[in-house]
Amino acid sequence: MDVTPSQLMRLVQLGQTKTALRSQAIWECVSCQTCSARCPKEVDCAGVMDALRESSLANGMVAPSRQPVVSFQKAFLANIRRNGRLNEIELIGQFKTDVFFRTGRLAFLFKDASLAPQLSKRKKLHLVSEKARDLGIVRRIFARCSGQTGK
Amino acid sequence: MKIGYYPGCALHGSSNDYDQSLRACLGALDVQLEEIKDWICCGATAAHSLNHELSLALPARNLALAERDGHQQLFAPCPLCSMQLLNVKKAAADEKIRRDLSEIIEADLRGDADVLNIMQLFERIGLGRLKSAVKNPLDSLTAACYYGCLLTRPPDVVHFDDFEQPTSMEAVVGALGAKTVEWNYKTECCGAGMTMASEEIVLDLSQKILSNAAEHGANGLVVACPMCHVNLDMKQAAIERRYGKKLGLVVYYLSDLIGLALGLSAEQLGINRHFVTKA
Repeated sequence: MDVTPSQLMRLVQLGQTKTALRSQAIWECVSCQTCSARCPKEVDCAGVMDALRESSLANGMVAPSRQPVVSFQKAFLANIRRNGRLNEIELIGQFKTDVFFRTGRLAFLFKDASLAPQLSKRKKLHLVSEKARDLGIVRRIFARCSGQTGK
Repeated sequence: MKIGYYPGCALHGSSNDYDQSLRACLGALDVQLEEIKDWICCGATAAHSLNHELSLALPARNLALAERDGHQQLFAPCPLCSMQLLNVKKAAADEKIRRDLSEIIEADLRGDADVLNIMQLFERIGLGRLKSAVKNPLDSLTAACYYGCLLTRPPDVVHFDDFEQPTSMEAVVGALGAKTVEWNYKTECCGAGMTMASEEIVLDLSQKILSNAAEHGANGLVVACPMCHVNLDMKQAAIERRYGKKLGLVVYYLSDLIGLALGLSAEQLGINRHFVTKA
């Protein structure tokens, strides 16, 4: 991490929010909640991380090297908005295509492709995915939640 | 015993072996899972990272649907889904938030149903009952019980076990006749949903977990989370290649072990569909 979780909290306290929003660390955070659980001052550091991510995206300040994480999460939400439930193949397809068009890395497009037959053999791959029946309510919930990706 | 069931996307997707395992194991214990009608995704990491409001609204819809169907208890085996549901309950204790969420999700959210993780479900069934139902004690297994992050964290949301040194899984596994090891990584993170977007983070963290379990004499890992299973089981071959070490640790869902002890077969439980299987 370029900035540690405790340093991120300090940056926010000192008003150096831009440095925090541009950091790679907020997108490397795996949301394990350890920092919140252990903070002796009971700061909800993981909650602050969430807020920093949302704000970093909203203000166009995502660290370029961490763009794939953002692409993945945006594709995830778009997928839920469309289907109500996650369609894994569609998600992977959209994510890989997005990263390919951003970076031109052809190898990335086919990385993990060898997993497909192995997943299929184990009946873990669903070509036809289920959807929620009432997609209208899903779209309305997204429309009412005002964050960046809710629109 | 009937119980409301929120499987979440993973258990209807590539972690459908977990769903199979739970259904087989709970069926043998006469517990009927009643799936919430028309449940939707909880938004997972993407929602809480990018859109706070959505990360409350999506699970709120599911909790309200469960409450509308009259479920006082809702079993959510995926710890992230479970934590998100509990997070809604915590938020909905504020009357204004509860009303706002109800409006957004077009359903009356009460927020009073109990949300259970897998250990709490088996605790309700009763460890005594479980113990007396054991047909095949698991005496050849020395298990490292792996809790990961969200079964015990954040403690003020999930209110479950000790968040540094939990022991509830050892109690269940011990009741089945298996040995458990003391080890250092039982609440460390496996990298969770970074599998696709930042694989190197997942391989690094998961390698440490698997290696520590092996170093402490475990011959198998027990997990409660579908994402932990993906990272520790499906990615284990990639970890072995990258770090040049042989691990060969079978990763069981907790329900796999209960099912095996109750006399069910690996095929009935879906253990044969894991990536790492017993040599």
